[in-house]
Amino acid sequence: MLKLKTPKTHRAKREIEKRAPKFVENGKKTLILHGTKTSGVLNTVLTQIYHLKRDNAVKYTKKNENIRPFESGGETSLEFFSLKTDCSLFVFGSHSKKRPNNLVLGRMFDHHIYDLVEVGVENFRPIESFEYDKKLTPRIGSKPFFAFVGEGFESVEELKHLKEVLLDLFRGEVVENLNLAGIDRVFVCTALSSSTVFLTHCALRLKRSGTAIPRMELVEVGPSMDLVVRRHRLPNDSLKKEAMKTTSEQPKKKIKNVSSDVLQGKMGKIYIPDQKVGGITLSSDVKGLKRERREAKKRKVGIENEAKKRKTAAD
Amino acid sequence: MEAEKYQMDLGNLMASDPTHHFESVPSSREELTRACLEKGTELVQAIANAVFALPSTDDPDGPIVRLPPPTTTLPREKHLPKPKPPTKWELFAKMKGIKKRKKDKRVFDEQTGTWKRRHGYDRVNDDKDIPIIEAKLSDEPGEDPFSKRKAEKKQRVEKQEKNRLQNLKQAAKAGALPSHVQLAATALPITGTHGEAPKKASKEELQNVAGMAATATASGGKFDKKLPGEKPAKHAGKYRKFLPVVEGKGMSSQEKQQTAKILDQLMSKSSHGMLDVNKAVTMFNVKKEKQRRKEKEHETSSAAIKLKPKKKSLKKSSKKKH
Repeated sequence: MLKLKTPKTHRAKREIEKRAPKFVENGKKTLILHGTKTSGVLNTVLTQIYHLKRDNAVKYTKKNENIRPFESGGETSLEFFSLKTDCSLFVFGSHSKKRPNNLVLGRMFDHHIYDLVEVGVENFRPIESFEYDKKLTPRIGSKPFFAFVGEGFESVEELKHLKEVLLDLFRGEVVENLNLAGIDRVFVCTALSSSTVFLTHCALRLKRSGTAIPRMELVEVGPSMDLVVRRHRLPNDSLKKEAMKTTSEQPKKKIKNVSSDVLQGKMGKIYIPDQKVGGITLSSDVKGLKRERREAKKRKVGIENEAKKRKTAAD
Repeated sequence: MEAEKYQMDLGNLMASDPTHHFESVPSSREELTRACLEKGTELVQAIANAVFALPSTDDPDGPIVRLPPPTTTLPREKHLPKPKPPTKWELFAKMKGIKKRKKDKRVFDEQTGTWKRRHGYDRVNDDKDIPIIEAKLSDEPGEDPFSKRKAEKKQRVEKQEKNRLQNLKQAAKAGALPSHVQLAATALPITGTHGEAPKKASKEELQNVAGMAATATASGGKFDKKLPGEKPAKHAGKYRKFLPVVEGKGMSSQEKQQTAKILDQLMSKSSHGMLDVNKAVTMFNVKKEKQRRKEKEHETSSAAIKLKPKKKSLKKSSKKKH
């Protein structure tokens, strides 16, 4: 037997509709969580990544015993958390003797693991260790720039993959319109070797250059770290094909009261509510009245007003 | 010139320099950072040049530019929304060529001479507004026409609800269920099977089962304490029935039939001892036939032996003649 289950409140309905698959998707949310053991370094790495993505991330603080993203069966609870929080990106931190300061960056498709990159964190410098003019601090949710330096991002498979994941993780929402006054941050990623990437977060200082285009200056605001690629898993082909699907024709939103005509071009319809002339109260000194009546009316209103005042005073 | 050197994706505000190569990675951390930032500044400047060159519109918050769509394709978060399958009515309407047309929300009610809503509270042609229903010849006596009308309406609503559920089931199969609707099973199916979910046991079934279980005591449930509201167990077994021996109407012939039936069965079983005329005749015929065939064969074989030398002699003779 089947039963219809619908949200009881409109708020719940709106909340569920936000999660539905859409033609134009909202920005991906990030889930930040860790395994049974984390080091002090990794704890700060996770908090600071959360700090960078504060507007669109969920951070879990409990230990998770049975999350091992690379192993089969170790992804069940991760997928469940993704479903629960509606996150499609995740950053999973763990620390072991074999893989110290381990960070797994991954993406989800339909709440199932799409791909994974495992990196080790080295030479980590937290935000607090940088000194800079606090006015330059990037604002939450601003659209970042990306600079990828090095041939490794083209030639090495793992780094190519990492580049894509980092871009997906930090780029935020896809926007059509960009406010040029709101540009304030950049992620600089440099491939140092075939497996190491130096990642740093900088603020942008726009300086006058004498032309319309300002001169850009980078101020390191942190965090900065070296990412050493360990394991990685690419998506399988069928899943990739499904996930990369796009449509050119999106259902158009119905525009009300605007129509187009061959001869007259674009036409709009305007509704004007009735002017309630009959119900309007006229002021006492209307020119249309005779002087005697006008004055009589004025006096009458005056007396009434006084009476009211007295009454309120008596109370 | 810079734009050619770098790969740019303006939609993501990204630039990459795939040609850069560190001759020797600087040993000290500061030098490394400085080198990276230098390179990064170059790239950022290249992006900024492209972005600031885009046509902008002024806004009180600052100049706003329209970014091109991103060129780096990244996977979607969820699959594309699937189209909703047509409902049964939509299919039917398409087949018949029925088209939707707009109806006014307000309709003139001739009974009251006022404008009223088409649907909902205080609607036009509302059954509830009719205080008297004229009796018809076909009416059954003792039936309340008002409650009948109400029941009919309730039935129509239920039917519509059933149709709606069916359409939703079809949509769920196509994966195009509206996001706020969830079809939940009232009883969970046995894992591993995709058949119908088992029905919930009804009150009556439960009572029957309870009654049967109660008879499993030594006394057959006779002295068991009954729970409040528990009914005595129904007799599940069969009573023996005896047919009347005395000849009369109906039942007596049944008794005759019963005995006749048993006798027939017995007879057919032990029939091998008796003479079956048909069988005997066929057996006799077959035997006769066999004998005749045997005799015939004997005759033809002897004739063949006799013929052969004769033929030969004939041939020889003919040859000799030539």
